[in-house]
Amino acid sequence: MDPVATPYFFYGLSAVAVLSAVGVIMRRNPVHSAIALIFTLLSLAGLYLMLYAPFVAGVQIILYVGGIVVLFLFVIMLINIERMQREYQFNKQWLVGLLAAAALGALFVAVYVKGQSIFPQHAVRFPEQLNTQQVGKMLYVDYLLPFEIASLLLLVAIVGAVVMAKKRI
Amino acid sequence: MIQAVDYIRVLPEIVLTLFGVAIMMVEGALPPRASRKPLGWLAFVGTLAALAATVYQAGYPGMAFFGMVRVDSFSIFFHFLIAFIAALVVLSSFEYLDAQQIRGGEYYGLILFGAVGMVLMSSAVELVLIFIALEISSISTYVLAGFRRRAPSSIESSIKYFLLGSFATAFFLYGVALIFGATGSTRIYMIAETIQGGKHSAMVFTAVALMFVGIGFKIAAAPFHVWTPDVYEGAPAPVVGLMSTAPKAAAFAVLLRIFFAAATPGWFWPVWISAALSMTLGNISALVQDNVKRLLAYSSIAHAGYLLVAFAAARDIGISAAMFYTAAYALMNVGAFAVVSHFASAGERYVTLEDYAGLGRRSPVLAATLTIFLLSLIGIPITGGFFAKFYVFSAALKSNLVWLVIIAVVNSAIAAYYYLRIIVLMYMRDAREPAPTVQNVSAPLGVALALTVAATIYLGVLPGRVLDYASRGAALLVR
Amino acid sequence: MVPISYYLVLSAILFSLGVVGFLIKRNLITLFMSIELMLNAVNLAFVAFAWQWKSLNGQVFVFFVMVVAAAEAAVGLAIIIAVFRTRETLNVDRVNLLKL
Repeated sequence: MDPVATPYFFYGLSAVAVLSAVGVIMRRNPVHSAIALIFTLLSLAGLYLMLYAPFVAGVQIILYVGGIVVLFLFVIMLINIERMQREYQFNKQWLVGLLAAAALGALFVAVYVKGQSIFPQHAVRFPEQLNTQQVGKMLYVDYLLPFEIASLLLLVAIVGAVVMAKKRI
Repeated sequence: MIQAVDYIRVLPEIVLTLFGVAIMMVEGALPPRASRKPLGWLAFVGTLAALAATVYQAGYPGMAFFGMVRVDSFSIFFHFLIAFIAALVVLSSFEYLDAQQIRGGEYYGLILFGAVGMVLMSSAVELVLIFIALEISSISTYVLAGFRRRAPSSIESSIKYFLLGSFATAFFLYGVALIFGATGSTRIYMIAETIQGGKHSAMVFTAVALMFVGIGFKIAAAPFHVWTPDVYEGAPAPVVGLMSTAPKAAAFAVLLRIFFAAATPGWFWPVWISAALSMTLGNISALVQDNVKRLLAYSSIAHAGYLLVAFAAARDIGISAAMFYTAAYALMNVGAFAVVSHFASAGERYVTLEDYAGLGRRSPVLAATLTIFLLSLIGIPITGGFFAKFYVFSAALKSNLVWLVIIAVVNSAIAAYYYLRIIVLMYMRDAREPAPTVQNVSAPLGVALALTVAATIYLGVLPGRVLDYASRGAALLVR
Repeated sequence: MVPISYYLVLSAILFSLGVVGFLIKRNLITLFMSIELMLNAVNLAFVAFAWQWKSLNGQVFVFFVMVVAAAEAAVGLAIIIAVFRTRETLNVDRVNLLKL
């Protein structure tokens, strides 16, 4: 199937992504920030679909939105947010930080615009019905070792999280 | 196809993981009030087994797991170093954990898991695998930094290390993404082929800069060093001994691979500037410290600077000098922190320079040991630090980096002042009243100290064998 | 068709927003969310590059990045809870026993 009206989808989704990313930073209440983060993540999932990565899009929704952000919300629940909201939100060097990040962003954009020539204008599409299968194959063949090592990473994370959250050791 | 030899090429990782898992399982079976010493011994046996596995592995060089891991003299060198450091840190932790009344067997498990990540960082030749290994080593050290639960400063150290560390790894990762975009691969040897094949786009330069930022945080090179003193001050002393050496050694291995094996362009001036800044800022800030852990933190920043001088030298002679320096620095720093952790006592009470006054009279052996490490950190002959500095500076001179060598030599002279200050305090001053009590050194710590002193002096008297091995690894790296 | 560089510019914007958040905010949880934003920008870049190079490698990397993000989230939030328990505040400026 040929893509339908992709420029409009792209602009719409990127607008949502950027605006809610700004929301993550600007909101006073961390719950609002977390909800804004969910919107960014969902619109990124939409963009992954447009880039012919349906499996990544699915995992993005299940793992990121369903797992990580929920974890954030749980922790926010455990913590007294009333007090956090009354405290001043930005630090004293905010202007320096803003300028540094803007310079960084400008650098990246310049690199991409300058490097545009090496990108093909019309990339070939992947056959999308095979995407999940192919990704699975790569994970179990070429990337077998990183895949196994990632399980060790998760084990370390479990041990670490339990140790840090315990009242006494 | 995966063959048995593939598993041999990741044998130290497998051994360390198995011992780590065993520790976690035994920890659950032990009664809550029981001593955690057996777990420590298990961890020590694990590190010895990893050393044996490394020696065995040296007979099977080559790529494994579809070109993910490469075992050669270069990675063997770092495997051996990291496993040895882990063994020393485990030995010097027994007594410390007792003194601080920390009863968590996870401590030893996390040291071994962290070592898996570091060992893998030095042998991985694929950037995503390097990233995962880097995360394993970082996450274990974040948690280890917060192990002194009764002290708020320890948790603070943990959160600072965690936030800045993840911030830095995000930069590293963006660099990986860019290099993937520019070359179409994340395998170091394929990247090398693409880059040698021709055009260096702006993307490659940006990618290298971003990866340098990420690794720069891990090795505490200026201007990415601001977290170091705080984190080292709050974290448990033996853990500082670990995290100021082993993850740094692994990160330097990664940096060497990215710069030389992948032959990436455009890093010379950033490294030059970072080396000069690290040496100068580290040494000047160390002059005014009155906390030993902060002082050693700034000293470690300065040493990262000397090491980067070897990077700028950029020939295989520079690589082998960097490898030798990493080994010498790691040994003397682990040793120094082992002494600090012994002397700190319960609650890390005695960590200011004042507390060290008169130590030479009250505890001559301990003071002499610390003196050897400090002399080695200065770079006095017959200690490892001397040849380390000598090789680095001569490599830099051969590459015509005269200005950088001048900066480094001036800095070494400045550094001598604050190291000598500690020695003078220990031997020439009377202890303050009431004098800090010094416990007897326990047997495991004694063994660890003896080993580090022996190794430091060995590197200072007979550096030939280690340097030869390093040059063989360096030659393989450049190809 | 949207050119690939548009996606990359979007990823650059998101990454910079993450950096802004990290540098200017004072609340630990929001700092951490900013890091998540940065990791997501990286993921977008990976997927876009995967499309450009016609190789699924880039998509596979995204999984590993997500695993790392999940691991970091678990440990980081546990550390944040530990900080809260000792301090009762999450404002970075008040977490200042050590000198900055």
